[in-house]
Parts: sequence; C-alpha cells; structure tokens
Amino acid sequence: MSAQSHGGYYLPAPSYWPVLGSSALLGLTLGATLFINQVAGGGWVLLLGFALLVWMLFGWFGQVIGESEKGLYNKQVDVGFRWSMSWFIFSEVMFFSAFFGALYYVRMLSMPDLATGDNALLWPGFTGTWPSAEAGAVAAGPGLKDTFTPMAAWGIPAWNTLILLSSGVTVTWAHWGLKKGNRNQLVAGLFATVALGLLFIGLQAYEYHHAYTELGLTLGAGVYGSTFFMLTGFHGFHVTLGTIMLIVITGRSIAGHFKPESHFAFEAVSWYWHFVDVVWLGLFIFVYWL
Amino acid sequence: MGHRRPLPVVLASLLAGLAFPALADYQLNFPPPKTGLAQQIYDMNVWVMWICVGIFVVVFGAMFYAIWKHRKSVGHKAEQFHESTTVEIIWTTIPFLILVAMAWPATKLIIEQKDTSNPDVTVKVVGYQWKWEYDYLQDGVKFMSVLSTPREQIENKAEKGANYLLEVDEPMVVPVGKKVRLLLTANDVIHAWWVPAFGIKQDAIPGFVRDAWFTANEVGTYRGQCAELCGKDHGFMPIVVEVKSEADYKAWLEAKKAKAAAAAGDAGKVFTQAELMERGAKVYNANCASCHLPDGKGIPGAFPAITGSKIATGAKEGHIGMALIGKPGTAMPGFGPQLNDADIAAVVTYQRNGLGNSTGDLVQPADVKALRK
Amino acid sequence: MEAHATEHGHGAPKGITRWLTTTNHKDIGTMYLWFAAAMFLFAGLMAMAIRAELFEPGMQIMSPDYFNQLTTLHGLIMVFGAIMPAMAGFANWQIPMMIGAPDMAFPRMNNWSFWILPAAAILLVLSMVLPGGAVATGWTLYPPLYMQGGISYDLTIFAVHILGASSIMASLNIITTILNMRAPGMTLMKMPLFVWTWLITAFLLIAVMPVLAGAVTMLLTDRNFGTHFFDAAGGGDPVLFQHVFWFFGHPEVYILILPAFGIVSQIIPTFSRKPLFGYASMVYATASIAILSFFVWAHHMFTVGMPAVGQLYFMYATMLIAVPTGVKVFNWVATMWKGSLTFETPMLFAVGFVSMFTIGGFTGLVLAMAPIDIQMQDTYYVVAHFHYVLVSGALFAIFAGVYYWLPKWTGHMYNETLGKWHFWLSMISFNVLFFPQHFLGMAGMPRRIPDYALQFAEFNQISSIGGFVFGASQILMLIVIVQCIRGGKKAEAVVWEDAKGLEWTVPSPPPYHTFETAPEVK
Ligand code: HEA
Ligand code: HEA
Ligand code: HEC
Ligand code: CUA
Ligand SMILES: [Cu+2]
Repeated sequence: MSAQSHGGYYLPAPSYWPVLGSSALLGLTLGATLFINQVAGGGWVLLLGFALLVWMLFGWFGQVIGESEKGLYNKQVDVGFRWSMSWFIFSEVMFFSAFFGALYYVRMLSMPDLATGDNALLWPGFTGTWPSAEAGAVAAGPGLKDTFTPMAAWGIPAWNTLILLSSGVTVTWAHWGLKKGNRNQLVAGLFATVALGLLFIGLQAYEYHHAYTELGLTLGAGVYGSTFFMLTGFHGFHVTLGTIMLIVITGRSIAGHFKPESHFAFEAVSWYWHFVDVVWLGLFIFVYWL
Repeated sequence: MGHRRPLPVVLASLLAGLAFPALADYQLNFPPPKTGLAQQIYDMNVWVMWICVGIFVVVFGAMFYAIWKHRKSVGHKAEQFHESTTVEIIWTTIPFLILVAMAWPATKLIIEQKDTSNPDVTVKVVGYQWKWEYDYLQDGVKFMSVLSTPREQIENKAEKGANYLLEVDEPMVVPVGKKVRLLLTANDVIHAWWVPAFGIKQDAIPGFVRDAWFTANEVGTYRGQCAELCGKDHGFMPIVVEVKSEADYKAWLEAKKAKAAAAAGDAGKVFTQAELMERGAKVYNANCASCHLPDGKGIPGAFPAITGSKIATGAKEGHIGMALIGKPGTAMPGFGPQLNDADIAAVVTYQRNGLGNSTGDLVQPADVKALRK
Repeated sequence: MEAHATEHGHGAPKGITRWLTTTNHKDIGTMYLWFAAAMFLFAGLMAMAIRAELFEPGMQIMSPDYFNQLTTLHGLIMVFGAIMPAMAGFANWQIPMMIGAPDMAFPRMNNWSFWILPAAAILLVLSMVLPGGAVATGWTLYPPLYMQGGISYDLTIFAVHILGASSIMASLNIITTILNMRAPGMTLMKMPLFVWTWLITAFLLIAVMPVLAGAVTMLLTDRNFGTHFFDAAGGGDPVLFQHVFWFFGHPEVYILILPAFGIVSQIIPTFSRKPLFGYASMVYATASIAILSFFVWAHHMFTVGMPAVGQLYFMYATMLIAVPTGVKVFNWVATMWKGSLTFETPMLFAVGFVSMFTIGGFTGLVLAMAPIDIQMQDTYYVVAHFHYVLVSGALFAIFAGVYYWLPKWTGHMYNETLGKWHFWLSMISFNVLFFPQHFLGMAGMPRRIPDYALQFAEFNQISSIGGFVFGASQILMLIVIVQCIRGGKKAEAVVWEDAKGLEWTVPSPPPYHTFETAPEVK
C-alpha cells in the first residue's frame, strides 16, 4: 500500500510491525517468567519472543531506513525524531536514577542505620561501614556469613573509563567526517568506536569473571553486590545495545547512507553513545571509586 | 430539563430511611481518645475538618449561586470577563495562609509524637504472620498474642461475639499513667501496630527496630488491628491492650514470670503420647492451622497438606527441621525462635500422629534441642 | 465510527486487519477507549465482589487470599488498564484535532503503544489462574510480602515493565506531536488546556515510569537472583522499595488527574458560554502541581518511622499542593460565574467533578497532616480519599469527556435523557458508596481486610448497596454509547452552542485524516 504525504509530513501506511512487536513482548515476558520459575518449555517461549523481537526490529527499522533513504522524511519529521530521541534518553536517565537512588539510600541510610541505635538489638556487632571503605575481605551484610572483596577502582575500571571517553572522541571525529562529506573518516571513526565498545564489553566480562571466581563478589554479596551488578550490568547492557547500533550505522555508512546535511540515525546513535558514556562516569565515581 | 428532580429526591429519601433509624450506633469519628496524643489528634482533625467545610461552603456556595442565578434558562447573558492577576494573587495567598495556620500546630504535635525519651516501661513488639509477640525487656516476660475468635464465628457457623475479630488469647498489659515505649520489629513481612484509642500507629519492619510511645490515661481494655497488609490473615491479627493499675500490673508480671519458670522445666521432660497430642493440637491450631488448615488438608497450590505429606510422614529430623527453620523463600516460617522445645516436639508429634497421619513415633523436647543450632 | 473510514480514497484495510495495523490516531484512540471500557468493567466487577464480601461480617464468598488478589488487581487494573488508557484515548483522538495536526507524530509507534496493553492484560489475567493465584500484596507491591508469592508475582513484574514501555512510547509521541506538529499560529499559550495538561502529564510519565520499572526490577532480582535490595540481612531495606515506588506513585496520581483537569477545563467554558477565567494561571498551576509532585512522595510513608524532620518536610511540601490545585478550582468556579449556564450531561459531570474532587482534595489535605495521618494511614479513610479523587475525579472527567466529544467522534447525538440519568444515579450512588468509608476509617477499620469487627457492619452495608447501584448505573453509559454509535440525530460540526476550538471546525464525524493541510490559527 502506498503511503501518503500530508502537507509534507510523512504518514506511514498501516503496518504489521507493531502487533508483531507486541507478540514479541508477550513471548519475552511470559517466557522469562516460565523460565525463571523452571517451567518446562519456558526457555523456548523466551527464545521465540526474542526471535520475534529481532525480526520486528530488523523489519521495522529496515522500513524506516528505506523511507528515509527515499527522502520521504522532511525537516519536520527530522525535528520530531530529535524531540523524541532526547526525551527517550531522558527516560533512560530516570531508569538509571532508580538504581543510583538505591545505591545512595543503602549507602547513606540503611547500612549506617542497621549499625546504630535500637537496631543493635537485631544485629549486634555490625559496624555498617560500606565495604569499599574497608581493606580486604568484608562480610556481605549484617545477616550474611559470606565474605567478599570489593572491586578496586584503579585497575580495569579506570582503563574502561579511558576507553569509553576515547570512544566518545572517535564517534565525534566520525561525525565531523560525515559533515565534511569525508566518508573514509566517517567509516574509520565508526570502526574505532565499535572496536573500543567491544573492548569495553570484553574487559567488563573479564571483570565479572574475576569478581565471581576470585573476589567472592556476586549478586548475592549483600547490597554492595546487588547495587554493583545492577548498575554496571544495566550499563553494560546499554553499551552492548549501543555497540550493535554503531555496527548498524557503520554498515549503513559503508553502504553510502547518510548525507552531510541529514543523518539523524547517526546522530541518535551518537547521542545514545554519549549518554552511555556519562552514565559510566557516574558509575566510576560512585560505584568504583568513592 | 424540567422533570429530572424526582429521581434524586426518591433516592435520597430511600437512603435516609435506610440510614437514620439506628443513627445512634453509627460512629462518625475516632474512638474516644485515651492518651494525650490521641486527644490532640482528635481535636486537630475536627478543627481541620471544619476549616475544610468552611472553604467548601464558601467556594461551592458561590458555584451554586451561579448555577442558580446565571443559568441560560433564566435568561442570564454571559459576561465575557476573564484574566485578573489581582484575583489570582488573592486566591493563591489566602489558601497559603490557611495552610500555614494548619501546619503550625501539626508541627508541634509531630515533635511530641516522635519524643520517645525517658520511658517507664519498654516493650519489644515483634510482628509475625499473623500474631504479635510482646517481650518485656526489663522483666524477662515474653509471650505470643493470637486471635482468639473461633473459626466457626468467622465461617458464619456460630453467633459472632461482641469483640468479634478484636480478641486475643493473651493481651498486652501496661500500667496506667506510665510512658510505655514500644520497640517494633517484624519477623517476616511488614506489619503495623495500631491502637486507635492511643493515637499510635507504627510499622514493624523486618530487620529494623522502630519505636513509638504512649501513655494511657485510663484503666480499661483497648483494641486495634494490624494496619499493614501482611498476607492472607492480615485481617485476623488484632491487638488488645489491657491498661491496669500499677498494682495489678505488678501482680500480672509476677504471675507471668512464675508461668515462664514452670514452662522452662518442660524442656528436659519426657512426655506421654497423650500429653504431646493434646498440647500439639493447641500449638497447631494457634500457629499452623491458618495455612495448613485445622484438618491438615492445606490449600492446594499455596499451602501443602500435612495429611499424607512426605515430610510429615518421613524422617523425624526433616520434619522437626521444617518446623524449626521453615523454608526460606516461601511462606513457611521457621518456628524455632517463637516456640520452645516442648511446643515444637508436641506439634510435630501431633502432625505425625493426627490429621490423618499415623507414623506412631513420638518426638520429645530433647530431640528438638538436639536439632537446634 | 465505521462508516466514514473508507470514504477517503486511500483509506484503511477492512475488518480486523484495520485495527491490528492501523496508523490512524482516531482508530487508535477508539481502541484505547474500548480497551479502557472493558478493563473498567473487569476491575469494576472485582470491586463488586469486594463489596459483596464486605456486605456483612464473616467470610462469605471467598478466601482471604483471594480477596487480597481481587483488591490488588482491582487497583492495578483500574489505574493502568482503565484510567490511563482512557486518557490516552482522549489524547489520541483530540490532540491532533485540537492543534491542527494531520496525525500523531509517530503513527506506527502509536499503534504499538496501544497493542502492548492487551499483552499486559493477558499476563495479568493469566496470573489469576496460575498456581498460587494472582498477586495479593496490594497494588503497591511492597516487599517482603512480595517475596513470598509464586510464579504470578514474576509475571506481574513483567506486566508492569511492558505497561511502562507502552506509557513511555505514548508519551514520547504526545510530546513530539505537541511540540512539533502544531498548526501555524498555534503558539504554546494558545493551545487548548487539555493539550497543555497532556503535555505536562507526558513529561511526568517519562520521568516516573522508568523509576517504577527500576523498582520492580529490583523486586525481580531480589526474588530470583539473590540480590538484597530490600533485605536487611544483606544491608538493604524494605522501606527502600517504598521510597522508589512512591517516587513513581505520587506523580502517578497526578498523571491520572491532570488530563482530567484538562477535559473539565474544556467543558466548563463551553457550557458557561464564557472563556476560561484564568488561562495562563491554569497553565502555571498545572505545571506547579507536576513539579511539586516529585517532592512529596513520602506522605504515603508517615508510619514507617522516619525522623521528625522527614515528616515535617513531607507534610509541608504535600500541603503546598493545595495552593495550585485551589487555583484550578477557583478558576473553574470563576468561569461559571456570570456565565450563561446550561447543564447537558458533560457539564453535569464536570460540575460533579469539581465539587466531589474538592472533597477528595480536602481529605487528602487531612492525610497530608502527618500527625493525623498516623491515625488514618491504611484505613478506609484513605480508600475514601482516593476514590473521591479517582472515581468522582478522574472517572467523572472521563465520562464528561466522552459525552462532550462523542457526537464529534460518531457524528450522532447521544440520548440526553439517559445521559442525565447516568449522571444522577452515578453521583448519588457514588456518595452512598464512598462517603461512609470516611467514618469507617476514622472508627478504625483497616483497608485490605476481607472481614471486620461488628461495629463496622452498618456503614459497610450502606457502602456495598451504593456500590451495587453505582456499578449497575454504568450499564446506562454502555447503552448510551452503543446507541450513539449505531445512529441518532445527526450532529453538527459545532455540536455545542458556542464551543471553541479547532475540533469544532471540522465536520462530525471528522474525516479520516482530519487536517490534510494545516489550518491557520489567529
Ligand atoms: C487522582 C488521584 C489523586 C489525587 C489528585 C490526590 C490528591 C492529593 N492526595 Fe492523595 N492519594 C491517591 C490519589 C490521589 N490523591 C491515592 C490513589 C492514594 C492511596 C494510594 C495507596 O496507598 O493505595 C492517595 C493517598 C494519599 C495520602 C496517603 C494516605 C495514607 O496512606 O496514609 C496522602 C497523604 O498526604 C494524600 C494526600 C493528597 C493531597 C494533599 C492531595 C492534593 O493534591 C489535593 C489538593 C486539593 C485540594 C486541597 C482541594 C482544592 C483546593 C482548594 C479549594 C483550595 C483551598 C484549600 C485549602 C487551603 C485547604 N493522598
Ligand atoms: C481509578 C481507579 C479506581 C476506580 C474507578 C475504582 C472504582 C471502585 N472501587 Fe476501587 N480502588 C482503587 C482504584 C479505583 N477504584 C485502588 C487503586 C484501590 C487500592 C487497591 C489496593 O489496596 O491495593 C482500590 C480499592 C478499593 C477498595 C478497598 C479494598 C480493600 O482495601 O480491600 C474498595 C472497597 O470498597 C473499592 C471499591 C470500588 C468500587 C465499588 C468501585 C466502583 O466505582 C466500580 C464501579 C464499576 C463497575 C461495577 C463496572 C461496571 C460497568 C458496567 C457494567 C458498564 C461497563 C461500561 C462500559 C463498557 C462503557 N476499591
Ligand atoms: C504462613 C503460612 C504457614 C504457617 C503458619 C505454617 N506453614 Fe508449614 N508450610 C507453609 C508453606 C507455604 C509450605 C510449603 C513450603 C514449600 O514450598 O516447600 C509449608 C510446608 C510445611 C511442611 C512440609 C509439607 C510438605 O509436604 O512439603 C511441614 C511439615 C510444615 N509446613 C509444618 C508446619 C508447622 C509444624 C507449622 C506450625 C508450627 C506450620 N507449618 C505453619 C506455610 C505455613
Ligand atoms: Cu500483620 Cu497485617
Ligand atoms: Cu501521594
């Protein structure tokens, strides 16, 4: 079916992608629930949901890319994309704030609280110091017997900071290339960014392995472990998404997509990448360092 | 629009007919306050309510006047005025001032409510699913307080008593005119300790101790309920406080201590089957029947049956362990901290030889003791 | 609504395909509204079961656990399934028409936002039949009670996740539409108030839905992956959940009410034949309410045992919200003042809204006073408070809006007599239903209990009777709507004498694509 352009604003024709996406979400959520609760077949439902989601994403974005390349989107559509991408990133910021808030709360309120006043009735001898403020292995919580060693900031995490910051530079450099119409610079910059992203993910994976096998630092290691893995884990997940998006736009750049004056997809990915970068700085300071 | 009046009139009179005859029984406000705090809350609420009524009358008086006089059907022509900064400022400022007037006394009351210093009596109160434990820290007296309304009344098979759902086997007892400080915590989920006549409500949060205080100024029995959803029997964990004179309170404490000493003697004793079964039935009905049901059939999908249960008919150790430690991550609590060895021994014996099971073996307090960490 | 769909040459596919694949804001709006109606019926029936159980003391028709499941699902579904989708339905239908846009900014994503809702509804309904039954913790999902549940607890967490995704996408769409697609000359300060309130609501949604997602994610990992966010043994705190939940939860209640304010602000001027008294101050008041709503959350937690300074701060901040809300109430009354008033059904519901919402606001203020809330918290007084703001607030505004715009949407006039009956029956039975609950709460009846002491019997009985009448009255509305879609007197373009706004410049029903070329706004 043909799509209409109304006063220049592109209005897409009816589409099956959204219902497909909803079915995917249904499969994902139902499958995840069954899987977590060890119901037979849950894993398959989960996988099916995931496959549908990937199909939907490829199909939908593919269509959008096609429309964009055909020049169906005018300036107003482009501005709309910008508004919504910015507010989408804002929603992501709020998602991370929930976990940063939890970190602040357990660190500044609940841990010290458990060690003071009448709470000593329940947890005699608990000192309430934040694990990373002590040297060596510490107890995971007032009621937990296991011990663990917190993650040091000035090893891999510091390197990862450097890596992500440089990837912010390379993606900007690629953007300059795009704006100058220098496609080689664009592709080279994106390649470098993807490589740095992959390196970051690899190091993060290594760090997790180290935490689990040698430090005794697990999801179950008290609130330190909980906040550590939730924050770094969701961040790592976002880096992974960002890297996939970077790979896609790298491919599109090689295929000759984007024009110096209109390349919203590129910008959206780079905004996202910078956002991931900024979150990491927060992590580095509040999770690893202080 | 002319003939719309009959309906509301009819309905209103219907309602009035329903509601008014027994108005004397209808309690429209807080129960009579029995502490200074409750009295102040009562007065403040009445005062604030009248302020609100006053504002309502003024604002909606104006609106209904407009509805009456400025209708199109009486020929009123719309005036087109709008926007007036002066008016907007006025109706921003006046409510603000009213709020300040309301907040001022509230501030003083909060500070008083929060002042738990210098208590005469300190009681640790622990919420369990679905009962309260009172621990008189200075006197070494500690007991559980459980709903005592019989099941038949709840299931409409018997006439409901006057204190239906607001009665317990062993009430909390406090002296009159003394500052009582409560240290509240919970064993499993969040509960809240609330006695309306005392004007005190405080959540009991597992892993944390919170405090609250009251000074009851009149001898008597006061009733309240758990005020935080805590699972299926949240509606069935009342609080009863008996306020006694100083002398009666002392006598009660002594009696309690004597009873505790006697119970301590049980620990090493060897009981007969009949003794264990009788005691076990009591413990079972007070502690286990809420989930596993009085007949041991459980609720499929939620609470397993004891009748024919693999654990209740298998090795003794596993069964005692289940009673002592429970099963973390499920609703099955560990009763180790709440029940003494004799009680656990009795209830396990009861589950193994009653409720349709018949393993034939007895569990003695010593068996339980051996399995306690 | 069917007839005109295809008259436009390039119209939509027919049958179910049309609804599954549509990218038209009106179709999507219609689906949102029907979905909301179905969920309102479903959660309303649960409320009927609750009221039946509470009709007299003793356990009558269900187990205590099932009662808690009903309470929980009633709350969750009413909030996320009925009120929010209904408001989104209005947004879809009205915003493009009111600002002179051809459609929503992202029509495909718009469709997705809607079609996620049935998926979430399936999950919630499924949770009722899984072993162990649905979530029974109350819609507030507090741990550690939440830790004790079975498989449906995880299912509910995921349902909340995708509901959040739906709301966020809908909000992105709405914000972008409003900021980017207004007709030439439609400056921000010329936008109809309904559009303004939705713009602000969409910001609230984008800010707090992710926080709710975070909160339930922590529940999920605490339940399944060994984290200790809400477990003191690992250094966490059950109260942390309450903080995160209410950081979402309080703004959420304004998410439910701000669009309602918007609808009422459209209706009152129309039937007063007089412009809104203070347009600018209404906009500022809405924004103030939204901003303040981020700083008051712990008024739901006065009994958790926070320090006195905490109580004082949250009490003052909460009380402050009465000021901008008062500005709104005063402005509505001033708009009516010296107007030329008529009382068709939309206006009746709007006036009912203003007066009853204010009662709910006043009880809110009483609850905001921390020392009094100590007595009231978790009692039926709170239940009464929030039904005054939700039922005679949000829901009445939805009714008002449906009656107001139904002729525009369908091209037919609805049955005014039945509409009036619907109003009067609802208004009276609503008060019979919820007014006595104030007394119950003060006398000491806790909420979320399936059985109660004898002293509460009379008022509960009255309340239940009011409830049954209220529920039955809603059937009237269903009848009115169906009749109106099927046929009836032809509606003019300007349905209401003197109604102002772009939506009244197009025929009733409007063409499939309302504004092919943007109208000029002076
Ligand atoms: C639409 C939804 C909605 C709205 C608009 C409100 C509005 C308000 N709410 Fe309500 N509230 C809920 C929905 C809502 N609430 C829900 C669902 C719960 C329970 C959640 C749960 O636990 O399940 C709840 C619970 C709740 C509590 C917690 C009670 C408890 O659990 O102990 C409190 C306490 O402060 C509170 C306060 C307020 C206040 C101060 C307002 C204010 O915004 C009201 C302001 C309005 C007015 C005051 C009236 C108009 C003003 C004037 C005419 C001006 C002049 C007035 C004066 C100067 C007095 N609400
Ligand atoms: C917007 C939200 C909303 C709405 C509209 C309602 C509507 C109603 N509520 Fe609800 N309620 C909540 C939100 C809402 N509630 C919340 C958040 C809670 C707290 C939950 C918790 O504690 O966790 C709660 C809790 C709650 C309780 C306390 C339960 C407890 O503590 O155990 C009670 C008890 O009386 C109650 C009753 C009712 C009744 C009788 C209605 C009636 O108004 C319902 C009437 C409607 C019907 C009966 C539907 C019939 C309709 C038709 C037949 C026609 C269909 C129409 C079309 C298709 C167009 N509610
Ligand atoms: C709050 C509800 C509750 C109470 C009270 C309760 N139980 Fe249980 N009980 C459970 C649940 C839930 C299980 C299932 C645990 C699981 O998932 O394996 C269970 C399991 C058991 C089992 C194992 C049954 C089986 O075959 O798996 C025994 C034995 C048992 N409980 C004994 C007791 C005793 C003894 C008491 C009282 C002193 C008691 N329970 C009180 C909830 C309860
Ligand atoms: Cu204990 Cu509710
Ligand atoms: Cu609130």
